[in-house]
This record gives sequence, C-alpha cells and structure tokens, in this order.
Amino acid sequence: MEWLTEHKIPVGDAAEALFGWLQRHATWAFDALAWAMERLIEGILWALQTPPELAVIAVVVALVWRLHRTWKVPVFVLAGFLFILNQGYWEETTESLTLVLSACVVCMGIGVPIGIAAAHRPRLYRLLRPGLDLMQTLPTFVYLIPSIVFFGIGMVPGLIATVIFVLPAPIRLTHLGISTTPEALTEAAAAFGATPRQTLWKVELPYAAPQIMAGLNQTIMLSLSMVVIAALVGADGLGVPVLRALNRVDTGLGFESGLIIVVVAIMLDRALRIRG
Amino acid sequence: MTLAVRFRDVSIMFGDRPEIALPLADAGMTRAEIQSRTGQVLGVHDATLEVREGEIVVLMGLSGSGKSTLLRAVNGLNPVIRGAVEVHDGSGMVDVTRCKPEALRRLRQSRIAMVFQQFGLLPWRSVAENVGFGLELAGLSAEQRRSVVARQLTLVGLADWGDRKVSELSGGMQQRVGLARAFATEAPILLMDEPFSALDPLIRTRLQDELLDLQRDLRRTIIFVSHDLDEAFKLGGRIAIMEGGRIVQCGTPREIFSAPVNAYVADFVANMNPLGVLTARDVMASGSGGPEVPAETPVRDLMARLRATPALTVTEGGTPVGQVTAASIVSRLAG
Repeated sequence: MEWLTEHKIPVGDAAEALFGWLQRHATWAFDALAWAMERLIEGILWALQTPPELAVIAVVVALVWRLHRTWKVPVFVLAGFLFILNQGYWEETTESLTLVLSACVVCMGIGVPIGIAAAHRPRLYRLLRPGLDLMQTLPTFVYLIPSIVFFGIGMVPGLIATVIFVLPAPIRLTHLGISTTPEALTEAAAAFGATPRQTLWKVELPYAAPQIMAGLNQTIMLSLSMVVIAALVGADGLGVPVLRALNRVDTGLGFESGLIIVVVAIMLDRALRIRG
Repeated sequence: MTLAVRFRDVSIMFGDRPEIALPLADAGMTRAEIQSRTGQVLGVHDATLEVREGEIVVLMGLSGSGKSTLLRAVNGLNPVIRGAVEVHDGSGMVDVTRCKPEALRRLRQSRIAMVFQQFGLLPWRSVAENVGFGLELAGLSAEQRRSVVARQLTLVGLADWGDRKVSELSGGMQQRVGLARAFATEAPILLMDEPFSALDPLIRTRLQDELLDLQRDLRRTIIFVSHDLDEAFKLGGRIAIMEGGRIVQCGTPREIFSAPVNAYVADFVANMNPLGVLTARDVMASGSGGPEVPAETPVRDLMARLRATPALTVTEGGTPVGQVTAASIVSRLAG
C-alpha cells in the first residue's frame, strides 16, 4: 500500500508537460485557429446584431416557415422571440445563438467528413472511439483550463470547449448513417459503374441524411447546453446573467435568464424538427 | 456466333488465404471439407462456360451452389481467384478479372447491366430517377436522360408512374423499375440474379412472360440465376446446373430433362412440370398412322389434338419417325 502511494503515476505532470510543449512549439497553430474562429464569430454576430431586431426575427420566422410550410411552428418561434425582447435579453440571445451557430459550422464541417471516413475505415473508427468517449465524458471544466491557456478569455475558448464536447455527436451519427447503408444499394451502384465518389454522393449521403440531420439537431442542443460553461471562460451570452445570478444569489435573475435558455432551446428544436 | 461472355476455369474463394484452399478444391474436396480444413469458403471452382450473343443462359442450383457467385464475377462484384471471365466490350474480349478499375467501370456503365433479387432501388428517389440511375452515373445530363427513361417506362408498363416514389409501388412493379433501369443503359449483357424469386407466383409468371416478349425484340445476352427449374426451362436456351460451387451439367432444357448426369440433377428434374419441355419426339412410340405433326410439337398441343383423333404420326423433315397416342404420352409421363 505504501509502495503504491509512493510511486504515483505522474498523470498530472504528463498533461502539464504536454500542454507546456504545445504552448512553446505550436502557438502559431493555436493563433491561426483563434483568428479563424474570431472571424467566424464576428461574422455571425454582425449578421444578427446589425439589422433591427424585428427585421432579424422576420427573416428567421420566414425561413422556419419555408422549412415547415405550416403556421404552427413559425408562430411559436415568433412568440418566443417576442418574449425574449419583452424580457430584455435580445443581445445575450444573439450572442448565444452566435456561439451555437459557430459550433454547428465547425462541428458539422469537421464531424461529417470524419464520420464518413470512419464509416469507410472500420479500423479508423476503432481508433477514434476511445477519443470520442473521452471528449464526451471528461468533465468540461477540465479542458476549459488549457483552452484559457491557449486562447485567453472570451468567445473563442468558449467555442473551443463547446466544439470538444459536441463534436462526437455528429461524428457518431454520420458514422451510423453511412455504415448502415444497405449493401444492396451500394452494390447496385457499383454494378452500374459508380465511382466511390458517386456512391458517396448519390447513395450513402442521401441514405444517411436523416441521421446526419439528427446529428445537427444534437449539435445545436448540446452547444446550447454549453452556454453557461462558456460564460465561465468569458464568452458573452445567456450564460453571463445565469452566472451573475449565482454569484449574487439572485433567484429572480437566475430563473429569468434560465427560462430564456429553455425558450431558445425549444424554439431551435421545433424549428429544426423537419418531417421527411 | 460471337461470344458475349466466356468463363474460363473460374475459381472464387472467400477468405483471407485462398491459395491454401485451391489445391484441396483441385483434389475434388467438397466445400464443407475445405472449410473445416482451411477456414476458406469455396464459392465457385473451375467453372467453364461460354455464353453466345443474344442467348439466355440460366445458372441453376440450390442456394449455396455458387450460381449467384459466378454471376457476380461477370461484372467484377466478386473477385476471381484463378481463371478468367471475358466479356465482349464491342471490339474484343476483355478479361474483367484483370482490367483496370476505370475500364471495369466503363463496362459496367455501358456493356453489363444487372437486375437484383431485392431490386436494389433507391427508396428516396422517384421511379424515373431510379430508371435513369445508370445513365446518370455514366454522366448523361437530365435532359439527355429524360427521353430514354420515358421510353423504358413505357416498355415495362409504368409510363404513368414516373413521378411516384419507389416505396409506393408493389414488389412486382418495383422489379419492373429494376428491369427498366437495366434496359436503360442499353447494355447488351444483362445479369439477372433471381430477379423474380421475391415475387408471388402469379406476378412471377407474368414477369417471366414479359421478359420473354421483350427479349424477342431486344435480343440481349442474358445470364439468369434461378433455383426454380420450371423458370429455368421456361426462360433458358441453355441451362448450367451447379452443385457445391461446380457446374455439373450444361445443356438445353431437353438435354437436361432427358439425360440428367447425376442424382442431384435428376432430383430437380423429377420435381418439375414436364409439360413445358416435352415434345412429340419425347413421347412417341414406334408405329405410324393418323395426321402428321412435326417432332418439335409441344406435348400440350399434342394432347389437345388427341381429343379429336386417337393417334398422330410424328414426322421429322417430312419422314415419319413414330406415333403419338394417349397411351404413349401417359407411359412417358409415368416413367
């Protein structure tokens, strides 16, 4: 027993050494990454905050109507936005939406190609799986620490932490959709002379579309669940008033801002639940 | 007659080390013996078969006999371990087991089309989009596809169904879509892997008749896989019977019916309906008398005529060779 405690395996030291090495030798990569993320965030934020509130809401409601072709969901989304305006949380909501949308762009942009590659290479997926499990189970606060070290305080480390937590979802669902494509269909494509690329675009991706859409939905929901944690590293948005309420033990403010998060979550979920 | 497809000593083995199993197969061991000794699964062994342009050859056997495996070697869906599968590409014979991926794709796009037992249609696409699938893969524009697709849909009797989703169609109609898709590329060689087995018997019979009707005009080379000897006899100009991965007998329906090489083939023959195969030659006895009929007259026609007359004289090239009576037919059918 004594021997066991005296010979502690240096997990913490190893992690520190790894991050120290990265900080000394790979700063340029993190700087480039941060620069790209900042541009993305700025762009989305500009699109949501520059026009008048009602114009943005009108555009979003029109888009939702185009997706659903019924009046129910767009009316619900409109009511949700009006409630947010009424409570005075428009700015925070646009900031959180920016975080969610950026996370979507990054996670789908990386996750779908990785999911496809993993579905075509079972060995790659076996290699990835422990990594994906780690990303989803490691307590979020743990990787907030190095992301502050690399990216400082603000929206970018919040986005990075969100992406780490959310990315496994689109990878897993894309992998599921592509790898369950019936062999009869890929074989029929092969028999008529399809190239691997044609098989992917004309057979596998259309077959996997429902799962990939489910991956998008999960990406949005999981990113939204990260807004409070992102606020801890200085990301703006609906997480900020929640944290402030916690610090001041302000029950009213806490419920108010918490309810806004719930409303945004339901709005996004309903708006994106499209029946095939 | 020009050849369309030639199988030369084709062996197909599934597993990671086919080379250790081939000598055992050459020594005549069965699939089960090979599998227990080496873990390799024998698909097809030393199959040799020539298919002429415009004929229908049926690969026939129980499930596991290797008939689908052999068929799928024609368009390279199954890899051949030894031997060659040569396909006429319009100018000469090309060995699909050794050609480059690009050449194989061209063959699949323009020379060899396939119809599947489970249809293999894309359920999210419309009927017309499925029929045009092969043309789309070959790079034809939507504009170029439209008229071809419309013509194929008319050919298989689905002219009004082009905009429907495939999932709205019955099984028989879905397989018509599968046929139209295969016809659409105008590939001269058609591979049909038990295309009618998943359909109920009435629909199956009707589609067989339709296929024969279409074949009269289209004159494609068809390799057809079936486990049903009645179907094989109805469609096949020649039939290759397979057992345990080997071709055991190959010949015209009549040759197989009148001289099965072993018990396995005889068992198939015993369980089929002979009325579709037998002709006057098969059921005649010695003697003469009565109106003359050619030796190739189907037995069904003979029976109809025997209602009016007690005996018919069978002639071959104008000379009488025997006589058919009700008794001679009964004795052939009973024996």
